[in-house]
Amino acid sequence: MTDKPLSTREVSVNFGATEVFHDLSLEISQGEFVAVVGPSGCGKTTLLNVLSGFLKPSSGSVTYSGRVRMVYQHDSLLPWKTAAQNIALGLRDLSSDAERERQLEEMLRLIKLEEFAAHYPHQLSGGMRQRVELARALAGNTDILLLDEPFSSLDYLARLRLRRELVRMLEELPRTVVLVTHDIEEAAQLADRILVLSDRPARICRELRVSIPRPRDLTHPKVVETVHAILAEFGLEQDKVAAESVRTTS
Amino acid sequence: MDLSPLWSSATCRRFDALDSVYQGCDRSQPTKAVKVTVLQKTMTEKPLGSKTRLLPLVVLVVAIAIWSALWLLRVFPESVFPSPVAVAKGLGEELRTGRLPTDMVASLFRVTTGFMLAVVLGVPAGLWLGHHARSRYALLPAINFFRSLSPLAWIPFAILWFGIGDLPAVFLIFMACFFPVVVSTLAAVASIPSVYFRVAHDYGFKGLDLLTKVILPAIAPQVITSLRVTAGLAWLVVVAAEMIAGRDGLGFAIWDARNGLRMDLLVAGMIVIGVIGMVIDRVLLRLTRIPSVRWGYDG
Repeated sequence: MTDKPLSTREVSVNFGATEVFHDLSLEISQGEFVAVVGPSGCGKTTLLNVLSGFLKPSSGSVTYSGRVRMVYQHDSLLPWKTAAQNIALGLRDLSSDAERERQLEEMLRLIKLEEFAAHYPHQLSGGMRQRVELARALAGNTDILLLDEPFSSLDYLARLRLRRELVRMLEELPRTVVLVTHDIEEAAQLADRILVLSDRPARICRELRVSIPRPRDLTHPKVVETVHAILAEFGLEQDKVAAESVRTTS
Repeated sequence: MDLSPLWSSATCRRFDALDSVYQGCDRSQPTKAVKVTVLQKTMTEKPLGSKTRLLPLVVLVVAIAIWSALWLLRVFPESVFPSPVAVAKGLGEELRTGRLPTDMVASLFRVTTGFMLAVVLGVPAGLWLGHHARSRYALLPAINFFRSLSPLAWIPFAILWFGIGDLPAVFLIFMACFFPVVVSTLAAVASIPSVYFRVAHDYGFKGLDLLTKVILPAIAPQVITSLRVTAGLAWLVVVAAEMIAGRDGLGFAIWDARNGLRMDLLVAGMIVIGVIGMVIDRVLLRLTRIPSVRWGYDG
């Protein structure tokens, strides 16, 4: 495996006359957690679709090594399968039944839903469903995890909890992660590197690094600072001086 | 076979009151979710007390009382309005002679054959049309034409082509059921959320696996609902078919009773037809209790 499991080179995507990306290049390192934030409609999901190989770019190239799994916004669990059966989808490649069983139980323990293994998605709460989705994507030997606003359908508190859960899961099962989100706090709390996208055609207009370890408190000064910097980038922060000071320190 | 691009229509999710109750109570606390599951069950399956379960029987008793009153008051001449007692006697007579069981078997055989044939051919046809946009475009108008054509309009041809007996009835039932099954399967396939195909692709479902493990389970709830409706239709059609193109079966029995001016037997036949229709629906309703299709009904 190379040091850069996921990279794009001068990727452009056009939908008819609409140019979504223009010469977008990025490199993501092994084990790195990258968040992509941007205004809605700027093509964040399209970027993930390109990264996952689902969408072919109009020009440029995407290279990735290893297995890529995606977590969708919501309701992508197969409703006719129980929580355990859904997670087992991620273990389909394992040839040994015993090993599959073992890993399945491991995943259920990891998301603390052992008691709900036999429940169907419609019998679970929104937060539980997203945990199952995460477990499904993490199961097996995934290398790269693409998260498409995975917590956006949850209420605020559930979202905060799920962020902690995700950090805990990634501690046990480290992955290279690309998180697409409009939730700036989420990006600041979770990511090693945050890419701020501009309006269409999207380009990376700012890159921020957050080097403090996870889990991070939402109110940690560095997290607040990062949120502040991103908001300033979107022109949503009044205090120009503070924004500037962040800009110089980051 | 990659079926996803054709079916990328919007997700059809049900949001009913129960669902919002459920969503509202959420939040990753196991005990709460259990409570809510129980609540959901009590709300959907046993909405009312056990006394309420007797209400349909009360309605039955009232209906028989009205019937008796009409008979006692001689609202209609006795020759065209049998009493409940006469009907009960007629029913007993038909059962004893074995004619009624024979007719029931004949009708059920025709319905089962015609209906199964329609399902076995109609579901794959619907899947196929869901897959091929051009064929769908070409054939959908024809399918809608035949779907709108009353199957009873085929009766003359059914007799001319297939004579009298099982075949014309099976043909008519097939004509009644095939097109609705095709259309509802097609509609079910079209409403599969495209994200399921993304997931299927991500986790390596291809070809037959995709069909049997993703597409069929995804359409199952809608198809089961349509089977219930269609089976009811089949049961309606068999009676009409047998009245004209039969020499046995329940439809023939009531026609025969009418010709013999045995109104008691006619009503007995009607009762049996209605009861069997109810039983068929109850049987098919059981399909909706299968755990892996509950999601389609629980919202």
